[in-house]
Formats: sequence, structure tokens, C-alpha cells
Amino acid sequence: MTRTRRIAGLTMAVLSVAAADACHKAPPPAPTPVQPPAPGPNADSIRRAQDEAARRAAEEAARRRAADSAAAAARNSAAAGSARAALTAVVHFDYDQSDLRAEDRAILDAKVPVLQANADVKIRVAGHTDERGSDEYNLALGQRRAATVKRYLVDHGIADARIETISYGEERPVAQGSDETAYAQNRRAEFEITAGGQNLRAP
Amino acid sequence: MTRSHSARLLVVASLVAAATPTRARAQDTTFVRGITLVGNYDPLRDKVGIVVLPISGAFGDSVRTIIQRDFDFSDRFSVIPVDSADPSALRAQGGAGSGVNYPLFTRLAAAAVVQITPVATGLHVALHDVASARVVNVGDFALPAAALSRDWRMAVHRTSDEIERWVTGQRGIAGTRIAYMRGQSIRIIDSDGADEITVPTEENGGSPAWNPSGTMLAYTTYGVSSTNVGSHVVLIDLSTGRSRTLVHPGRNTLFLTPVFSPDGNSVIYSREGENGSDLFSVNVSGTEPPHQLTAGRGTVNTNPTMSPDGRRVAFVSGRLGRPELYIMDSDGTNLNVLTDYDFSEKNYRSDPDWSPDGRLVAYQERINDRFQIRTIPVKGGTPKQLTNIGENEQPSWAPDARHLVLTSTRSGVRQLWVLDTESSRFRQLTKSAGSRLSSWSPRLAQP
Repeated sequence: MTRTRRIAGLTMAVLSVAAADACHKAPPPAPTPVQPPAPGPNADSIRRAQDEAARRAAEEAARRRAADSAAAAARNSAAAGSARAALTAVVHFDYDQSDLRAEDRAILDAKVPVLQANADVKIRVAGHTDERGSDEYNLALGQRRAATVKRYLVDHGIADARIETISYGEERPVAQGSDETAYAQNRRAEFEITAGGQNLRAP
Repeated sequence: MTRSHSARLLVVASLVAAATPTRARAQDTTFVRGITLVGNYDPLRDKVGIVVLPISGAFGDSVRTIIQRDFDFSDRFSVIPVDSADPSALRAQGGAGSGVNYPLFTRLAAAAVVQITPVATGLHVALHDVASARVVNVGDFALPAAALSRDWRMAVHRTSDEIERWVTGQRGIAGTRIAYMRGQSIRIIDSDGADEITVPTEENGGSPAWNPSGTMLAYTTYGVSSTNVGSHVVLIDLSTGRSRTLVHPGRNTLFLTPVFSPDGNSVIYSREGENGSDLFSVNVSGTEPPHQLTAGRGTVNTNPTMSPDGRRVAFVSGRLGRPELYIMDSDGTNLNVLTDYDFSEKNYRSDPDWSPDGRLVAYQERINDRFQIRTIPVKGGTPKQLTNIGENEQPSWAPDARHLVLTSTRSGVRQLWVLDTESSRFRQLTKSAGSRLSSWSPRLAQP
């Protein structure tokens, strides 16, 4: 759409240059004393008017095209945005667990149709833990969480090859603080779109 | 060296004789020998009073400082500082120039006097037994030419360790190093806190562990990197700095916590894959494919540690819902819970390390919302708590089966500390925040 707008602008510029040229190329005035301009239309003014009309039409068309494409873009980006939101919605886990809770299964269920509607999309699931626990055990636990999420999606028909898993253990908390509120937010699996995220379609 | 046994007996005898009449003993009615949280440690009863005489030569002061500190850090000696301003006072009154003033050292409650003379190849050491007023052991120790270098200091540490063996019958641990993590890099620091180096690992190395001869480290790489190479198990030869991949990356797989078997022939590690987190064993030569030791069925199984005879493995598993320590034969059979006391849903026990004498497993347990270090006898018995200030994690035994290096927040930030499990004495090992995941080397025969 940016390309369309640029072409419309270019057309307008060419038209105005043509109009200006028309003025400059008018025959030089006769060496006679001052004569009032002839009343009524002459060739130049007719051309000027035509040019002006063409310019207005081109402008109007460009305006309309821009408005149309903006509306389309808004519609598309709203769809893409909600698809993206569904894909990247985070799931959470109970303390020291890698089982999926009912509300988190619902979050994963919402990803399935988006993944099915966007066959070129690939994702990476990253498992995280809260800060309590052993450094190394938490890396293992994060990997279990990511693997559990992946298995759920594969069981619901998503190709194995489209999902990568990694663990960050306790190294990347989203919430600071050493209380249950922070811990609960940090025990999570995050989703990153690693391919095919440019033109997401709604399911 | 053949005389070390008799020397030890003499020194112990002289210690008792010298200490009792000459010094008031600390009040220690609550002290029980062994592991205790709060106790009055009596250096005269539990440590050997030792004097290191001033050493001549360009680097004599450095050698003396290092050896005195090694003796202090051994927690087996009480180093008695003697003034070097008037060296003649240390010599025998009216005797030959090389004799030492035994009556003076008796009054100072010294049981042993170490006399070191620089020689062309290194150091000549004579150990005097104060009670019997004679030299009970001598030895020559080679030093590298580059004085004060890392190798030179390690050679001095080995001298300290041999003197300790002459006196106590047990070799010291000064000639050791500790590998650990700071940020994403693996570091090695000498046991006295000097000469820290960064190991040239592959990107994002972690979980370092020594081989039994101290010439190699095993580590794992963390699979997320700019080069997009997956996690793998790596061996690095510390003399060449060259890394070699032992276990190659698998898709969506993370490797953690490698350890060498006591014979050095295999590495046990945990593999966190899509179908579970389990322990595997692989031949160091890489000639056979890894074989699986645990069947975790989707639960976490990690942090293996082997008994000194190589026949048993302790590890952490979440198979019953919470991390607990388990023990099994090294082929994966005869599985039992090791930490079977106070069984509760709230337990969190992890990071086990089997003591080099085979008797204990040290580990961390959450107590009042913080990790503390405990030990449990392998053959059954009550666990003992060794720490209670700050949070204390990731214990690793020194080769003397007496000292532990651990990660502690007792000073406010995560640092490595050395704990003497007999006296509960702590000393800070690292000086930069964020140090963790340490592994104590075996005694190092080579620089």
C-alpha cells in the first residue's frame, strides 16, 4: 500500500510540471502597447482546467486507495494481532510441577487452530522456574515444562518439527521479588514465533 | 618419608605433654567431636601447634607465607607466629648454628617446627619434633624456575601437603583447585583463593567436574547460543586448553551435571529430552553409545555422584513429586531413597556429593525456606546440619573428606566458601559476586 501511495504522488507531480510547462511555453506578448486579455476561455485556460480536474481526480483516487488499504491493513493486523496473542499467551505451573492445569490447557487449546491456519509458523517453547530450588534441578524442570507443553500441542495435531523446546531454569524471571506472587508469575512456559510470523492469519 | 609414622606418634605425644601445663584451655564443655553447629573449638586439643621458621633467600618470605597459610587453612594446625627480628633467639642456645631452640618452642606450645632452606632445585625441608628435640623427617621439593608463578605456588602447596602428611599421617589439600561458574564462564581458583583463571570453554559452558587425576574437566554447554549449536557434553584437557565433544547435541535436548566415574573411564550425566530427564553413562573414549541408567518417566533425574569405589550412584529425582536423594547401583539397579527421613510433601533435597572416604553424602535441603547443607551417612543414620547463616547450596567435598566448598549468601551475595566440617570454621574463597556450582579437584600431582 505504501507503493500505491507513492505512485499516486508521482503522478500528481508529473501533472503539475506539465501544467507549469504549458504556461511557460505561451507565445511571447506582441510588441504592441498593453492589450487587455481576451475575455472568455482560451486554449491555455481550457488545458489548465482539464489538468486541474485530472489532478483532483488522481488525488481523490489516491486518497480512496489509501483509505481502503488502511482499512484492510487494520483488519489484517487485528487478525494477526489476535493470532499472535493466542500463539504467545503464557502458561503457568504449580510449584515444582510440570503438569498442565485446566486453565493452561485452555490457553494451549487456543493455540492449536492458529498453528493449523498458519502452517509455516514455527514456535519455540521456553520453560522457566521460580528462583527457589537448585540451579541445575531448575534447568531440568524448565525443560520438563517445555516438553510437557510441546507434547500437548503435538497430541493435538501440531507437527513435531514445528516446535522447539528450551529451558532457562530460574535465570530469566519476569517478576522480581521473593514472594508467591512473583514466584507464580515466573513458573511459566513462554512462546516465541521463530518462523512464519510475518503474515499471521486468523483461524 | 618412611619415618613419617613414628614422627606422627611423637608429635601427638608431645602435643599432649606440651599443651596441658603451659596454656589455659578454652572452655569447651559443649563441644562434641565431629559435626556441630555451635561449638567451642580447642586448638590446643584439636590442632597441632606448628612453627615455620623464617626462610632465607629471595622468595623465602613468600614460601613461608604460603606454607603458614596452607597449615592454617588445613584446620589441622595451629600456626604459632614467631618473630624473625632476632633469628638467633630461634637457634639452640650455645649450640651449633643449625640447631633450633627446643625449650623456646616447648614454651610456645609448638609440637612441630618446620625448617626450610632454599636449595638450587627448590626447597630442603626438615621437620623437628619439639618433644624429642630432634629432626624426624627431611625431604627435598623441586620448584619451577619461575618464582611466584601459578605452577610455582602449586609446588609450594604440595610441599605443605607433604609436611602435613609427615605430621598428621594425612596428606593436606593445599595442592588442589576449585572449578566453578561465574556468569556463563568456568573458572578455576587455587584452594587458597589465589591465581584464578578463566577456562577457555566452548560457548555457555556449565556444571564443571574434575576427572580423577585433575587433568581434565567435564562440562556441558547450554544449547542456546549465537551459533545455534545444541547442548552437548564436553571434555577439556587443562594442559592444552582443548575441548572435545563427548556427547553430541540432540534436538530439544539439554545436558546437565556430568561427573567422572572414580576410574576416570566414564562420565555420568543427565539428559533432559522430550521424553524425560534421565541419567546416562558414556565411555570417555567415546567408543560406545551412552546407556540409560534411570527410568524417570517424565520426572527430573539429575545431579549424579558416584561412591569412591564406583559401585553406587546417588542422585536427585522428582519421581515422588518433590526432589529427594536416591541411591542405586551404578548399573541402575537396587534403587532406594537415601533421604528417607521426615518424608513430606514439602521436602526439597538436592545437589548431592559423595564424600571421598565413602561414608557421607553432602547435599542441600530447604529448611525454613532456605537451603542449608547437610550430610547423611550412606549406611543409614541421622543427617547433620552444617550451616545456618544465609542460604547455603551446592556442596563439593575436598579430597580430605573433611572440607567442603559451597555456595553461600552468608556475606550477603553468592560467594564460594570453604567449610571445615569438623570445626564449623568458614573461610571465604572467592571475592566476586555470583560464584556458584563449584567442584573441588583431586590432589594435583602436576602443576
